[in-house]
Amino acid sequence: MFYQKEIETMDRRSLEALQLERLRRMVDYCYENVPFYHDRLQKAGVTGSKIKSLSDLQYIPFTTKEDIRDNYPFGMLAQPLKKIVRIHASSGTTGKPTVGAYTQGDLDLWADHVARVAMAAGATADDIFQISFGYGLFTGALGLHYGLERIGATVIPASSGNTEKQLMMFRDFGVTGLVATPSYAVYLGEMVRESGYPPEAYRLRIGLLGSEGCTEGMRERIERNLGLFVTDNYGMTELGGPGVAGECEYRCGLHFAEDAFLPEIIDNETLEPKDPGESGELVVTTLLREGMPVLRYRTKDITRLNYEPCRCGRTHARMEKVMGRTDDMLIIKGVNVFPSQIESVLVGTEKVGPHYQLVVRRRHYMDQLEVKVELVSAELLESFGELEALQRRIHDRLKSVLGLEAKVTLVEPKSLERFQGKAKRVLDLRSEDE
Amino acid sequence: MQIQQLSIFVENKSGRLAHITETLAAANVDIRAISVADTSDFGILRLIVDRPQDAVKALREAHLTVSLTSVIAIGIEDQPGAFAKAMRVLADHSIGVEYMYAFISRDEGRAYVILRVEDSEKAEAALKENGISLLSAEEIYGM
Repeated sequence: MFYQKEIETMDRRSLEALQLERLRRMVDYCYENVPFYHDRLQKAGVTGSKIKSLSDLQYIPFTTKEDIRDNYPFGMLAQPLKKIVRIHASSGTTGKPTVGAYTQGDLDLWADHVARVAMAAGATADDIFQISFGYGLFTGALGLHYGLERIGATVIPASSGNTEKQLMMFRDFGVTGLVATPSYAVYLGEMVRESGYPPEAYRLRIGLLGSEGCTEGMRERIERNLGLFVTDNYGMTELGGPGVAGECEYRCGLHFAEDAFLPEIIDNETLEPKDPGESGELVVTTLLREGMPVLRYRTKDITRLNYEPCRCGRTHARMEKVMGRTDDMLIIKGVNVFPSQIESVLVGTEKVGPHYQLVVRRRHYMDQLEVKVELVSAELLESFGELEALQRRIHDRLKSVLGLEAKVTLVEPKSLERFQGKAKRVLDLRSEDE
Repeated sequence: MQIQQLSIFVENKSGRLAHITETLAAANVDIRAISVADTSDFGILRLIVDRPQDAVKALREAHLTVSLTSVIAIGIEDQPGAFAKAMRVLADHSIGVEYMYAFISRDEGRAYVILRVEDSEKAEAALKENGISLLSAEEIYGM
Protein backbone atom coordinates (compact mmCIF):
# COMPACT_ATOMS: atom_id res chain seq x y z
CA MET A 1 0.00 0.00 0.00
CA PHE A 2 1.11 3.50 -0.78
CA TYR A 3 0.54 6.82 0.87
CA GLN A 4 1.89 8.90 -2.00
CA LYS A 5 2.05 6.40 -4.81
CA GLU A 6 2.93 8.92 -7.49
CA ILE A 7 6.06 10.02 -5.68
CA GLU A 8 6.98 6.63 -4.28
CA THR A 9 6.89 4.89 -7.65
CA MET A 10 8.14 7.79 -9.78
CA ASP A 11 10.50 6.67 -12.54
CA ARG A 12 14.16 7.23 -11.67
CA ARG A 13 14.75 9.80 -14.36
CA SER A 14 11.93 12.04 -13.14
CA LEU A 15 12.94 11.44 -9.53
CA GLU A 16 16.53 12.45 -10.23
CA ALA A 17 15.38 15.56 -12.08
CA LEU A 18 13.27 16.46 -9.08
CA GLN A 19 16.18 15.85 -6.73
CA LEU A 20 18.50 18.03 -8.81
CA GLU A 21 16.05 20.89 -8.89
CA ARG A 22 15.46 20.63 -5.15
CA LEU A 23 19.17 20.30 -4.39
CA ARG A 24 19.97 23.49 -6.27
CA ARG A 25 17.24 25.32 -4.43
CA MET A 26 18.36 23.89 -1.09
CA VAL A 27 21.95 24.99 -1.60
CA ASP A 28 20.87 28.55 -2.28
CA TYR A 29 18.39 28.44 0.60
CA CYS A 30 21.15 27.39 3.00
CA TYR A 31 23.53 29.99 1.61
CA GLU A 32 21.00 32.73 2.13
CA ASN A 33 19.60 31.71 5.49
CA VAL A 34 22.23 29.92 7.54
CA PRO A 35 25.44 31.88 8.28
CA PHE A 36 27.28 28.60 8.88
CA TYR A 37 26.43 27.40 5.36
CA HIS A 38 26.95 30.85 3.87
CA ASP A 39 30.60 30.68 4.94
CA ARG A 40 31.10 27.06 4.01
CA LEU A 41 29.55 27.37 0.58
CA GLN A 42 31.32 30.61 -0.14
CA LYS A 43 34.67 29.01 0.69
CA ALA A 44 33.85 26.03 -1.49
CA GLY A 45 32.62 28.29 -4.27
CA VAL A 46 29.37 26.39 -4.62
CA THR A 47 26.05 27.94 -5.55
CA GLY A 48 22.85 26.33 -6.71
CA SER A 49 23.38 27.38 -10.30
CA LYS A 50 26.80 25.72 -10.38
CA ILE A 51 25.26 22.35 -9.64
CA LYS A 52 24.63 20.81 -13.03
CA SER A 53 24.07 17.21 -12.05
CA LEU A 54 23.57 15.15 -8.94
CA SER A 55 27.21 14.07 -9.06
CA ASP A 56 28.16 17.72 -8.38
CA LEU A 57 26.96 16.97 -4.88
CA GLN A 58 30.55 16.02 -4.11
CA TYR A 59 31.63 19.68 -4.27
CA ILE A 60 29.38 20.60 -1.36
CA PRO A 61 31.19 20.52 2.00
CA PHE A 62 30.10 17.92 4.55
CA THR A 63 28.22 18.70 7.72
CA THR A 64 29.14 16.74 10.84
CA LYS A 65 27.61 16.18 14.23
CA GLU A 66 30.35 18.42 15.61
CA ASP A 67 29.22 21.25 13.34
CA ILE A 68 25.72 20.92 14.72
CA ARG A 69 27.04 20.79 18.25
CA ASP A 70 29.26 23.83 17.72
CA ASN A 71 26.21 25.74 16.59
CA TYR A 72 24.07 24.68 19.54
CA PRO A 73 21.31 25.46 20.04
CA PHE A 74 19.98 27.52 17.14
CA GLY A 75 22.97 28.30 14.92
CA MET A 76 21.88 25.86 12.21
CA LEU A 77 18.39 27.27 11.88
CA ALA A 78 17.37 28.70 8.55
CA GLN A 79 14.28 30.38 9.92
CA PRO A 80 13.70 32.76 12.83
CA LEU A 81 12.26 31.15 15.95
CA LYS A 82 9.00 32.89 15.20
CA LYS A 83 8.59 30.44 12.31
CA ILE A 84 9.68 27.45 14.35
CA VAL A 85 6.77 25.57 15.88
CA ARG A 86 8.50 22.56 17.41
CA ILE A 87 11.85 21.64 18.90
CA HIS A 88 13.08 18.10 19.45
CA ALA A 89 16.45 16.95 20.73
CA SER A 90 18.51 13.87 21.27
CA SER A 91 21.28 13.14 23.72
CA GLY A 92 24.65 14.56 22.78
CA THR A 93 28.27 13.82 23.46
CA THR A 94 29.03 16.57 25.90
CA GLY A 95 25.74 16.74 27.67
CA LYS A 96 24.50 19.24 25.08
CA PRO A 97 21.73 17.67 23.05
CA THR A 98 21.43 17.72 19.28
CA VAL A 99 18.56 20.01 18.48
CA GLY A 100 16.03 19.67 15.68
CA ALA A 101 13.78 22.61 14.82
CA TYR A 102 10.65 22.37 12.68
CA THR A 103 8.48 24.85 10.86
CA GLN A 104 4.84 24.01 10.32
CA GLY A 105 5.79 22.96 6.80
CA ASP A 106 8.45 20.60 8.20
CA LEU A 107 5.91 18.99 10.50
CA ASP A 108 3.52 18.44 7.60
CA LEU A 109 6.20 16.80 5.47
CA TRP A 110 7.44 14.78 8.39
CA ALA A 111 3.97 13.34 8.92
CA ASP A 112 3.82 12.51 5.20
CA HIS A 113 7.13 10.67 5.32
CA VAL A 114 6.16 8.67 8.37
CA ALA A 115 2.80 7.96 6.75
CA ARG A 116 4.65 6.41 3.80
CA VAL A 117 6.67 4.18 6.14
CA ALA A 118 3.52 3.14 7.98
CA MET A 119 1.58 2.30 4.84
CA ALA A 120 4.56 0.51 3.30
CA ALA A 121 4.44 -1.70 6.39
CA GLY A 122 0.76 -2.38 5.77
CA ALA A 123 -0.90 0.06 8.17
CA THR A 124 -4.32 1.45 7.24
CA ALA A 125 -6.90 3.87 8.58
CA ASP A 126 -8.56 0.91 10.31
CA ASP A 127 -5.55 0.24 12.52
CA ILE A 128 -5.33 1.16 16.16
CA PHE A 129 -1.73 1.97 17.03
CA GLN A 130 -0.30 2.01 20.51
CA ILE A 131 2.83 4.14 20.70
CA SER A 132 5.01 2.65 23.40
CA PHE A 133 8.05 4.81 22.71
CA GLY A 134 8.83 7.27 25.45
CA TYR A 135 7.37 10.66 24.53
CA GLY A 136 9.31 13.84 25.22
CA LEU A 137 12.16 15.41 23.28
CA PHE A 138 12.83 12.17 21.44
CA THR A 139 11.63 12.37 17.82
CA GLY A 140 10.39 8.77 17.65
CA ALA A 141 7.14 8.98 19.56
CA LEU A 142 5.73 12.21 18.15
CA GLY A 143 7.06 11.40 14.69
CA LEU A 144 5.13 8.13 14.51
CA HIS A 145 2.22 9.73 16.31
CA TYR A 146 1.54 12.37 13.64
CA GLY A 147 2.44 10.06 10.76
CA LEU A 148 -0.08 7.46 11.88
CA GLU A 149 -2.75 10.06 12.45
CA ARG A 150 -2.01 11.29 8.95
CA ILE A 151 -3.11 7.96 7.44
CA GLY A 152 -6.22 8.01 9.60
CA ALA A 153 -5.14 5.33 12.04
CA THR A 154 -6.23 5.61 15.67
CA VAL A 155 -3.31 6.59 17.86
CA ILE A 156 -2.90 5.75 21.55
CA PRO A 157 -0.04 7.76 23.03
CA ALA A 158 0.77 5.14 25.67
CA SER A 159 4.45 6.07 26.08
CA SER A 160 6.77 3.43 27.54
CA GLY A 161 6.55 1.65 30.87
CA ASN A 162 3.68 0.35 32.98
CA THR A 163 3.55 -2.91 31.09
CA GLU A 164 0.38 -4.20 32.77
CA LYS A 165 -1.47 -1.18 31.49
CA GLN A 166 0.06 -1.55 28.03
CA LEU A 167 -1.36 -5.07 27.88
CA MET A 168 -4.71 -3.95 29.20
CA MET A 169 -4.96 -1.36 26.43
CA PHE A 170 -3.93 -3.95 23.83
CA ARG A 171 -6.93 -6.03 24.88
CA ASP A 172 -9.51 -3.41 25.79
CA PHE A 173 -8.89 -1.05 22.87
CA GLY A 174 -8.38 -3.83 20.32
CA VAL A 175 -4.91 -2.53 19.43
CA THR A 176 -3.67 -3.76 16.04
CA GLY A 177 -0.38 -1.90 15.71
CA LEU A 178 2.57 -1.39 18.01
CA VAL A 179 5.30 1.24 17.92
CA ALA A 180 8.16 0.41 20.28
CA THR A 181 11.86 -0.31 20.50
CA PRO A 182 12.62 -3.92 19.59
CA SER A 183 13.78 -4.68 23.12
CA TYR A 184 10.60 -3.33 24.65
CA ALA A 185 8.56 -5.26 22.09
CA VAL A 186 10.31 -8.45 23.15
CA TYR A 187 9.49 -7.72 26.73
CA LEU A 188 5.86 -6.95 25.91
CA GLY A 189 5.75 -10.23 24.00
CA GLU A 190 6.91 -12.19 27.03
CA MET A 191 4.35 -10.43 29.17
CA VAL A 192 1.58 -11.16 26.69
CA ARG A 193 2.43 -14.84 26.83
CA GLU A 194 2.37 -14.80 30.59
CA SER A 195 -0.76 -12.67 30.81
CA GLY A 196 -3.01 -15.72 30.99
CA TYR A 197 -5.32 -14.38 28.29
CA PRO A 198 -6.00 -16.50 25.20
CA PRO A 199 -4.18 -15.37 22.04
CA GLU A 200 -7.45 -14.13 20.55
CA ALA A 201 -7.67 -11.52 23.31
CA TYR A 202 -4.95 -9.70 21.38
CA ARG A 203 -5.48 -8.37 17.89
CA LEU A 204 -1.98 -7.08 17.14
CA ARG A 205 -0.87 -7.41 13.54
CA ILE A 206 1.72 -4.72 12.69
CA GLY A 207 4.84 -3.67 14.54
CA LEU A 208 6.71 -0.51 13.53
CA LEU A 209 9.84 -0.97 15.55
CA GLY A 210 12.82 1.31 15.57
CA SER A 211 15.39 3.51 17.28
CA GLU A 212 17.74 0.63 18.00
CA GLY A 213 19.09 -2.45 16.29
CA CYS A 214 17.04 -5.62 16.03
CA THR A 215 18.56 -9.00 15.28
CA GLU A 216 16.70 -11.57 13.18
CA GLY A 217 16.28 -13.69 16.30
CA MET A 218 14.60 -10.83 18.14
CA ARG A 219 12.36 -10.07 15.20
CA GLU A 220 11.20 -13.69 15.02
CA ARG A 221 10.56 -13.81 18.71
CA ILE A 222 8.56 -10.58 18.67
CA GLU A 223 6.51 -11.79 15.74
CA ARG A 224 5.82 -15.14 17.39
CA ASN A 225 4.87 -13.79 20.81
CA LEU A 226 2.87 -10.79 19.69
CA GLY A 227 1.48 -12.15 16.41
CA LEU A 228 2.89 -9.12 14.58
CA PHE A 229 4.47 -8.41 11.23
CA VAL A 230 7.52 -6.34 12.11
CA THR A 231 9.18 -3.72 9.91
CA ASP A 232 12.19 -1.54 10.56
CA ASN A 233 12.49 2.16 9.88
CA TYR A 234 15.27 4.71 9.96
CA GLY A 235 15.79 8.30 10.96
CA MET A 236 17.70 10.56 13.30
CA THR A 237 17.19 13.90 14.98
CA GLU A 238 19.62 15.66 12.63
CA LEU A 239 17.41 14.60 9.71
CA GLY A 240 14.16 15.32 11.47
CA GLY A 241 13.51 11.91 13.03
CA PRO A 242 11.80 8.77 11.71
CA GLY A 243 10.41 8.72 8.20
CA VAL A 244 13.75 8.97 6.38
CA ALA A 245 13.52 5.33 5.31
CA GLY A 246 11.40 2.28 6.07
CA GLU A 247 10.80 -1.29 5.02
CA CYS A 248 7.93 -2.38 2.80
CA GLU A 249 6.11 -5.71 3.11
CA TYR A 250 8.96 -7.49 1.30
CA ARG A 251 11.49 -6.38 3.89
CA CYS A 252 14.38 -6.24 1.45
CA GLY A 253 15.89 -2.94 2.52
CA LEU A 254 14.56 0.36 3.80
CA HIS A 255 13.08 2.61 1.11
CA PHE A 256 14.62 6.05 1.33
CA ALA A 257 12.25 9.00 0.95
CA GLU A 258 14.51 10.13 -1.86
CA ASP A 259 12.41 13.06 -2.94
CA ALA A 260 13.14 14.66 0.43
CA PHE A 261 16.42 13.07 1.56
CA LEU A 262 19.24 12.67 -0.92
CA PRO A 263 21.47 9.78 0.14
CA GLU A 264 25.07 9.02 -0.82
CA ILE A 265 27.64 6.53 0.31
CA ILE A 266 31.17 7.72 0.97
CA ASP A 267 34.42 6.22 2.09
CA ASN A 268 34.69 7.51 5.62
CA GLU A 269 38.50 7.67 5.44
CA THR A 270 39.07 9.33 2.07
CA LEU A 271 35.63 11.04 2.03
CA GLU A 272 35.36 10.13 -1.66
CA PRO A 273 31.96 9.09 -2.99
CA LYS A 274 31.56 5.35 -3.31
CA ASP A 275 29.55 3.27 -5.65
CA PRO A 276 26.14 3.01 -3.96
CA GLY A 277 26.29 -0.77 -3.96
CA GLU A 278 29.45 -0.65 -1.88
CA SER A 279 29.19 -0.30 1.84
CA GLY A 280 30.35 2.92 3.39
CA GLU A 281 29.17 5.85 5.43
CA LEU A 282 25.72 7.16 4.66
CA VAL A 283 25.61 10.88 3.92
CA VAL A 284 22.28 12.65 3.59
CA THR A 285 21.21 16.01 2.25
CA THR A 286 17.76 17.23 3.19
CA LEU A 287 15.99 18.56 0.12
CA LEU A 288 12.92 20.09 1.70
CA ARG A 289 13.53 20.94 5.34
CA GLU A 290 12.96 24.59 6.13
CA GLY A 291 13.70 24.93 9.84
CA MET A 292 16.98 23.11 10.01
CA PRO A 293 18.24 21.90 6.65
CA VAL A 294 21.50 19.95 6.47
CA LEU A 295 23.77 19.54 3.47
CA ARG A 296 25.70 16.30 3.16
CA TYR A 297 25.24 15.29 6.75
CA ARG A 298 27.61 12.51 7.76
CA THR A 299 25.44 10.02 9.62
CA LYS A 300 28.38 7.80 10.65
CA ASP A 301 26.12 4.84 9.91
CA ILE A 302 27.60 2.18 7.65
CA THR A 303 25.26 0.78 5.05
CA ARG A 304 24.81 0.48 1.27
CA LEU A 305 22.14 1.47 -1.20
CA ASN A 306 20.32 -0.56 -3.79
CA TYR A 307 18.72 1.35 -6.69
CA GLU A 308 17.04 -1.67 -8.28
CA PRO A 309 13.26 -1.25 -8.30
CA CYS A 310 11.57 -3.23 -5.56
CA ARG A 311 8.87 -5.87 -6.04
CA CYS A 312 6.51 -3.56 -4.16
CA GLY A 313 6.73 -1.05 -7.01
CA ARG A 314 8.70 1.60 -5.16
CA THR A 315 11.55 3.12 -7.12
CA HIS A 316 13.26 4.90 -4.26
CA ALA A 317 16.62 3.48 -3.23
CA ARG A 318 16.68 0.80 -0.60
CA MET A 319 19.11 1.12 2.25
CA GLU A 320 20.41 -2.00 3.88
CA LYS A 321 19.94 -2.31 7.63
CA VAL A 322 22.69 -0.30 9.30
CA MET A 323 25.73 -2.55 9.62
CA GLY A 324 27.76 -0.50 12.03
CA ARG A 325 29.14 2.89 12.92
CA THR A 326 32.26 4.79 11.96
CA ASP A 327 32.53 6.18 15.47
CA ASP A 328 32.21 4.54 18.84
CA MET A 329 28.58 5.47 19.41
CA LEU A 330 26.51 2.74 20.99
CA ILE A 331 22.77 2.52 20.93
CA ILE A 332 21.58 1.11 24.21
CA LYS A 333 17.85 0.79 24.82
CA GLY A 334 17.37 3.26 22.00
CA VAL A 335 19.61 5.84 23.67
CA ASN A 336 22.73 7.12 21.91
CA VAL A 337 25.70 6.57 24.15
CA PHE A 338 29.21 7.79 23.49
CA PRO A 339 31.98 6.35 25.65
CA SER A 340 33.30 9.92 25.98
CA GLN A 341 30.19 10.81 27.98
CA ILE A 342 30.98 8.10 30.46
CA GLU A 343 34.57 9.18 30.58
CA SER A 344 33.54 12.72 31.45
CA VAL A 345 31.53 11.45 34.40
CA LEU A 346 34.40 9.32 35.67
CA VAL A 347 37.03 12.02 35.27
CA GLY A 348 34.83 14.24 37.38
CA THR A 349 34.47 11.65 40.12
CA GLU A 350 36.99 11.43 42.95
CA LYS A 351 38.38 8.15 44.19
CA VAL A 352 38.01 6.30 40.92
CA GLY A 353 40.40 6.21 37.99
CA PRO A 354 39.76 7.48 34.48
CA HIS A 355 40.06 4.02 32.95
CA TYR A 356 36.88 2.16 32.31
CA GLN A 357 35.33 -0.65 30.39
CA LEU A 358 31.79 -0.73 29.09
CA VAL A 359 30.09 -4.07 28.82
CA VAL A 360 26.81 -4.20 26.96
CA ARG A 361 24.77 -7.35 27.29
CA ARG A 362 21.32 -8.44 26.36
CA ARG A 363 19.40 -10.09 29.15
CA HIS A 364 15.89 -11.25 28.45
CA TYR A 365 16.19 -9.22 25.25
CA MET A 366 16.79 -6.02 27.17
CA ASP A 367 20.04 -4.14 26.78
CA GLN A 368 22.08 -3.78 29.91
CA LEU A 369 25.05 -1.52 30.38
CA GLU A 370 27.74 -2.24 32.91
CA VAL A 371 30.44 0.33 33.59
CA LYS A 372 33.57 -1.06 35.19
CA VAL A 373 35.74 1.47 36.91
CA GLU A 374 38.88 1.20 38.98
CA LEU A 375 38.78 2.12 42.65
CA VAL A 376 42.07 3.94 43.17
CA SER A 377 41.59 5.51 46.55
CA ALA A 378 41.79 3.38 49.67
CA GLU A 379 40.00 6.00 51.75
CA LEU A 380 36.63 4.36 51.62
CA LEU A 381 37.69 0.87 52.58
CA GLU A 382 36.57 1.31 56.16
CA SER A 383 32.98 1.28 55.22
CA PHE A 384 30.86 -0.63 52.77
CA GLY A 385 28.30 2.07 53.05
CA GLU A 386 30.69 4.63 51.60
CA LEU A 387 31.80 2.36 48.78
CA GLU A 388 28.21 1.70 47.90
CA ALA A 389 27.48 5.39 48.11
CA LEU A 390 30.30 5.96 45.63
CA GLN A 391 28.79 3.39 43.27
CA ARG A 392 25.43 5.05 43.66
CA ARG A 393 26.87 8.50 43.02
CA ILE A 394 28.48 7.31 39.76
CA HIS A 395 25.27 5.53 38.81
CA ASP A 396 23.20 8.66 39.40
CA ARG A 397 25.56 10.89 37.43
CA LEU A 398 25.61 8.45 34.54
CA LYS A 399 21.85 8.38 34.64
CA SER A 400 21.59 12.14 34.42
CA VAL A 401 24.17 12.37 31.62
CA LEU A 402 23.11 9.34 29.58
CA GLY A 403 19.50 9.00 30.61
CA LEU A 404 20.19 5.31 31.20
CA GLU A 405 20.45 2.95 34.12
CA ALA A 406 23.93 1.49 34.24
CA LYS A 407 25.32 -1.02 36.64
CA VAL A 408 28.51 0.37 38.14
CA THR A 409 31.14 -2.16 39.14
CA LEU A 410 34.22 -1.18 41.10
CA VAL A 411 37.31 -3.13 40.13
CA GLU A 412 40.88 -3.21 41.37
CA PRO A 413 43.31 -0.58 40.13
CA LYS A 414 45.29 -1.46 37.00
CA SER A 415 42.99 -4.41 36.41
CA LEU A 416 41.40 -2.93 33.30
CA GLU A 417 43.32 -3.25 30.10
CA ARG A 418 45.34 -0.19 29.05
CA PHE A 419 45.24 0.75 25.42
CA GLN A 420 47.67 2.48 23.18
CA GLY A 421 46.09 4.51 20.46
CA LYS A 422 42.42 3.90 19.89
CA ALA A 423 41.02 2.33 22.99
CA LYS A 424 38.71 -0.63 22.74
CA ARG A 425 36.86 0.10 25.88
CA VAL A 426 33.59 -1.35 24.76
CA LEU A 427 32.68 -4.97 25.04
CA ASP A 428 29.42 -5.43 23.17
CA LEU A 429 28.10 -8.92 23.82
CA ARG A 430 24.61 -8.32 22.49
CA SER A 431 25.00 -10.48 19.43
CA GLU A 432 25.91 -13.46 21.59
CA ASP A 433 23.39 -15.95 22.81
CA GLU A 434 22.11 -15.35 26.29
CA MET B 1 50.83 2.00 69.72
CA GLN B 2 47.52 1.18 68.20
CA ILE B 3 46.98 -1.97 66.24
CA GLN B 4 47.12 -1.41 62.51
CA GLN B 5 44.72 -3.34 60.37
CA LEU B 6 44.91 -3.73 56.60
CA SER B 7 41.76 -3.24 54.52
CA ILE B 8 42.06 -4.51 50.97
CA PHE B 9 39.57 -4.04 48.15
CA VAL B 10 38.82 -7.37 46.49
CA GLU B 11 36.94 -7.85 43.26
CA ASN B 12 34.38 -10.56 43.42
CA LYS B 13 36.03 -13.02 41.09
CA SER B 14 37.82 -16.25 41.66
CA GLY B 15 41.51 -16.24 42.40
CA ARG B 16 41.68 -12.82 44.01
CA LEU B 17 42.14 -14.06 47.59
CA ALA B 18 44.79 -16.47 46.40
CA HIS B 19 46.59 -13.62 44.63
CA ILE B 20 46.52 -11.40 47.71
CA THR B 21 47.64 -14.04 50.16
CA GLU B 22 50.39 -15.21 47.79
CA THR B 23 51.63 -11.64 47.60
CA LEU B 24 51.81 -11.56 51.40
CA ALA B 25 53.52 -14.94 51.49
CA ALA B 26 56.15 -13.72 49.06
CA ALA B 27 56.83 -10.80 51.40
CA ASN B 28 57.07 -13.26 54.28
CA VAL B 29 54.19 -11.62 56.09
CA ASP B 30 52.40 -13.72 58.70
CA ILE B 31 48.66 -13.34 59.13
CA ARG B 32 47.26 -13.09 62.63
CA ALA B 33 43.59 -12.59 61.98
CA ILE B 34 41.44 -12.37 58.90
CA SER B 35 37.93 -11.33 57.96
CA VAL B 36 36.15 -10.86 54.62
CA ALA B 37 32.94 -9.05 54.11
CA ASP B 38 31.32 -8.85 50.73
CA THR B 39 28.52 -7.46 48.67
CA SER B 40 27.49 -9.02 45.39
CA ASP B 41 30.16 -7.06 43.50
CA PHE B 42 33.16 -6.71 45.73
CA GLY B 43 34.57 -7.53 49.11
CA ILE B 44 36.81 -5.94 51.70
CA LEU B 45 39.45 -8.18 53.18
CA ARG B 46 40.61 -7.14 56.65
CA LEU B 47 43.85 -8.50 58.00
CA ILE B 48 45.94 -8.23 61.12
CA VAL B 49 49.50 -9.22 60.24
CA ASP B 50 52.86 -9.29 62.00
CA ARG B 51 54.41 -6.54 59.85
CA PRO B 52 51.68 -4.21 58.58
CA GLN B 53 53.95 -1.65 56.86
CA ASP B 54 55.76 -4.32 54.86
CA ALA B 55 52.45 -5.89 53.94
CA VAL B 56 51.05 -2.58 52.66
CA LYS B 57 54.15 -1.99 50.57
CA ALA B 58 53.98 -5.44 48.99
CA LEU B 59 50.26 -5.13 48.26
CA ARG B 60 50.56 -1.67 46.73
CA GLU B 61 53.34 -2.89 44.50
CA ALA B 62 50.91 -5.58 43.36
CA HIS B 63 48.47 -2.74 42.44
CA LEU B 64 45.98 -3.46 45.17
CA THR B 65 43.92 -0.81 46.88
CA VAL B 66 44.84 -1.06 50.53
CA SER B 67 44.53 1.13 53.59
CA LEU B 68 45.69 0.98 57.19
CA THR B 69 43.30 1.63 60.04
CA SER B 70 43.63 1.66 63.78
CA VAL B 71 41.61 -0.98 65.56
CA ILE B 72 41.53 -2.26 69.12
CA ALA B 73 41.83 -5.83 70.32
CA ILE B 74 40.35 -7.18 73.53
CA GLY B 75 41.14 -10.41 75.26
CA ILE B 76 38.25 -12.12 77.01
CA GLU B 77 37.53 -15.40 78.73
CA ASP B 78 36.19 -18.00 76.35
CA GLN B 79 32.98 -18.48 78.28
CA PRO B 80 29.33 -17.48 78.04
CA GLY B 81 28.68 -13.86 78.79
CA ALA B 82 32.25 -12.57 78.55
CA PHE B 83 31.81 -10.94 75.18
CA ALA B 84 28.38 -9.67 76.12
CA LYS B 85 29.94 -7.85 79.03
CA ALA B 86 32.38 -6.03 76.77
CA MET B 87 29.60 -5.08 74.39
CA ARG B 88 27.51 -3.78 77.27
CA VAL B 89 30.36 -1.48 78.29
CA LEU B 90 30.53 -0.02 74.80
CA ALA B 91 26.77 0.30 74.59
CA ASP B 92 26.57 2.09 77.92
CA HIS B 93 29.16 4.55 76.71
CA SER B 94 27.32 5.01 73.42
CA ILE B 95 30.29 3.78 71.41
CA GLY B 96 29.25 2.33 68.08
CA VAL B 97 30.98 -0.71 66.59
CA GLU B 98 31.59 -0.46 62.88
CA TYR B 99 32.72 -4.04 62.47
CA MET B 100 34.54 -6.75 64.35
CA TYR B 101 35.86 -10.25 64.11
CA ALA B 102 37.10 -12.76 66.66
CA PHE B 103 39.63 -15.50 66.94
CA ILE B 104 40.56 -18.02 69.59
CA SER B 105 43.89 -17.74 71.32
CA ARG B 106 46.55 -20.40 71.55
CA ASP B 107 46.33 -19.84 75.31
CA GLU B 108 43.58 -22.08 76.43
CA GLY B 109 40.41 -20.43 77.56
CA ARG B 110 41.07 -17.06 75.90
CA ALA B 111 39.49 -15.42 72.91
CA TYR B 112 40.37 -12.21 71.12
CA VAL B 113 38.11 -9.77 69.40
CA ILE B 114 39.27 -7.14 66.94
CA LEU B 115 37.01 -4.12 67.06
CA ARG B 116 36.71 -1.11 64.86
CA VAL B 117 34.88 1.56 66.82
CA GLU B 118 34.03 5.17 66.22
CA ASP B 119 36.33 6.45 68.96
CA SER B 120 39.19 4.10 69.82
CA GLU B 121 40.55 6.10 72.76
CA LYS B 122 37.21 6.47 74.42
CA ALA B 123 36.50 2.77 73.91
CA GLU B 124 39.87 1.75 75.33
CA ALA B 125 39.36 3.87 78.43
CA ALA B 126 35.87 2.54 79.02
CA LEU B 127 36.89 -1.09 78.55
CA LYS B 128 39.92 -0.74 80.83
CA GLU B 129 37.83 0.89 83.52
CA ASN B 130 35.56 -2.15 83.47
CA GLY B 131 38.35 -4.65 83.76
CA ILE B 132 38.46 -5.84 80.18
CA SER B 133 41.98 -6.47 78.98
CA LEU B 134 43.27 -4.79 75.87
CA LEU B 135 46.05 -6.12 73.74
CA SER B 136 48.92 -3.98 72.56
CA ALA B 137 50.09 -3.94 68.99
CA GLU B 138 53.27 -5.75 69.97
CA GLU B 139 51.31 -8.51 71.63
CA ILE B 140 49.14 -9.07 68.57
CA TYR B 141 51.93 -8.79 66.01
CA GLY B 142 54.17 -11.11 68.01
CA MET B 143 51.62 -13.80 68.65
